[in-house]
Amino acid sequence: MIYREAGQFKASYEADMQIFPIRQDRIAIAAIVLFAFVGVPLLASEYWFQAIITPALIFSLAALGLNILTGYAGQLSLGAAGFMAVGAFATYNFMLRIDGMPFLVAMILGGVCAALVGIVFGLPSLRIKGFYLAVATLAAQFFILWVLVKFPWFSNYSASGVITAQEIAILGWTVDEPVEKYLLTLAVVTVLALAAKNMARTHTGRAWMAVRDMDVAAEVIGIPLMKTKLQAFAISSFYCGVAGALYAYTYLGTVEPEAFNLDLSFKILFMIIIGGVGTVLGSFLGAAFITLLPIFLNQLFHALFGDSLPPAFASNVELMIFGGLIIFFLIVEPHGLARLWQIGKEKLRIWPFPH
Amino acid sequence: MTFFFEVLIAGLLSGMLYALVALGFVLIFKASGVFNFAQGAMVYFAALTFVGVGEKLLLWFGWAPGSFASFLGSLLVTLAAMVVLAILIERFMLRGLVNQPLITLFMATIGLTFFIDGLAQLIWGSNVRGLDIGIADEPVMWLLDSANMLVSKFDLTAAAIAAILVAVLTVFFQYTKTGRALRAVADDHQAALSIGVPLERIWVIVWVAAGVVALVAGLIWGARNGVQYALSFTALKALPVLILGGFTSIPGAIVGGLIIGASEKLAEVYLGPYVGGGIDSWFPYIMALAFLLIRPEGLFGEKHIDRV
Repeated sequence: MIYREAGQFKASYEADMQIFPIRQDRIAIAAIVLFAFVGVPLLASEYWFQAIITPALIFSLAALGLNILTGYAGQLSLGAAGFMAVGAFATYNFMLRIDGMPFLVAMILGGVCAALVGIVFGLPSLRIKGFYLAVATLAAQFFILWVLVKFPWFSNYSASGVITAQEIAILGWTVDEPVEKYLLTLAVVTVLALAAKNMARTHTGRAWMAVRDMDVAAEVIGIPLMKTKLQAFAISSFYCGVAGALYAYTYLGTVEPEAFNLDLSFKILFMIIIGGVGTVLGSFLGAAFITLLPIFLNQLFHALFGDSLPPAFASNVELMIFGGLIIFFLIVEPHGLARLWQIGKEKLRIWPFPH
Repeated sequence: MTFFFEVLIAGLLSGMLYALVALGFVLIFKASGVFNFAQGAMVYFAALTFVGVGEKLLLWFGWAPGSFASFLGSLLVTLAAMVVLAILIERFMLRGLVNQPLITLFMATIGLTFFIDGLAQLIWGSNVRGLDIGIADEPVMWLLDSANMLVSKFDLTAAAIAAILVAVLTVFFQYTKTGRALRAVADDHQAALSIGVPLERIWVIVWVAAGVVALVAGLIWGARNGVQYALSFTALKALPVLILGGFTSIPGAIVGGLIIGASEKLAEVYLGPYVGGGIDSWFPYIMALAFLLIRPEGLFGEKHIDRV
């Protein structure tokens, strides 16, 4: 009754093809964004900002990047964390080596560096696909971390490659409180998520999906494979790179190359599997789920067994639950949490008279 | 020159270990088209179970690790564990994923990797342990005397075991009824089903075979470097081996393993000093990538044809 498009007439193609064609969606999105910018800073505590909301947003952005590549363009990647590392270290170096570099420009340049590296490691995708490509992206993961550790120039000759994020200042606004860092992250994520939603709707996104569904067929109907695939790699890596920069600057503060290891890549992959492959919403749901799950499990174990448990127990059970959940989701709902939301929407349209 | 050969032989022998892990991948890929990312975790699980059972045997019966009784007891228990694991995987994972795209199955095995890693450490703890299978790790004397080369007896035994394993598997695949059924399933699931090959049992058999290979790899690798979590990730090196050798070829896995092992060690020794060392972490992958650009189906793989 509430959620249906009856009576919303589209008089032009522009109106029909806008990002959120249904009025209720537009209102809901506006309300959520408004709440995130105004409501959350008033309600949440410092712990929530530092440990939960900010990292969840950053992971959403990284998952969004991987989703563009894996979900939309169908190129399986196991190297997302490597591209995040490029973004983080490139941003650090731009800030360090150029006097008076504004953070946002450095972050975008960091993203561009990640995109360039992404294109280089995307080149094999022109010849190979599927599992073979997954191995190629593994090469990116290991190679990038090795370079960052072995060439101390990237970390300004600090011990063991650790970088410490410089202070962020945007037009005289110093971002140092957790709330301010949250707001900055939120602003970046909002802009990029809207851009992704828009891209998925336009020619670019449709070309990606055609390549994903069948690349030979896509080529036959005139989609340039090379351009489309490399574009997906570049944009995906850009998103991951920006996420990496935020990871270093608004979440951790100090970070070493090892923080961007294979485990993080897998974690991001799990986010999009659980959240929903090939949806923007899924990236957010998956990131929130994977960020909250360990905290929830920790609380649960604490409540059930008190302090008597060995610490290793919880982390091992967590591994098992992660693995089990992945298999469970792939069997029961291969399209992830986002699909559940979609089913809910279908039901809402005909509620309360389903017949 | 002696040094070159020493490095080469050390590389070939470590390549043998990669080949063993790759063999497990190939077995499963051939028979079910599943790219089993969890093979490394299975190696870790097998090695950890072997060591854990050995410790329990010492506790209960006083059989010292490395003695024959302890070895046999641990081996049997671990084999049983691998069979149970294979049955559970088939029952709870593969059966639910029949007819899904292969990439979904691949991601499911990544989930399986985490599950098995967690399970193994939950049962046996995550301490680094030594694994003793009763073969001394000392240089072969006559090689040291005659050619002044250091080649470990242990490595040679390991290579011999791997060779025997490959021979047994080849015979099994080529000359037994089950082997024929396996090849039939590999060729075409539906055709095999329609002539009455029990697909589910075949899958269990394949996963058991992969489990046995994982056990052998785990024993050798564990005895060499200790049983530790890193085992699960070192096994990732089997991926470039597969690319080099082709996903469906047993000889390919062996040859690919040897090439990767040897080139990795040679590159580390001769190229490493110029760029700061540690290049064996990524060199195999880059090499496999370069190779892919020339020959996408690997050395012995089947040529891939795209149909619209």
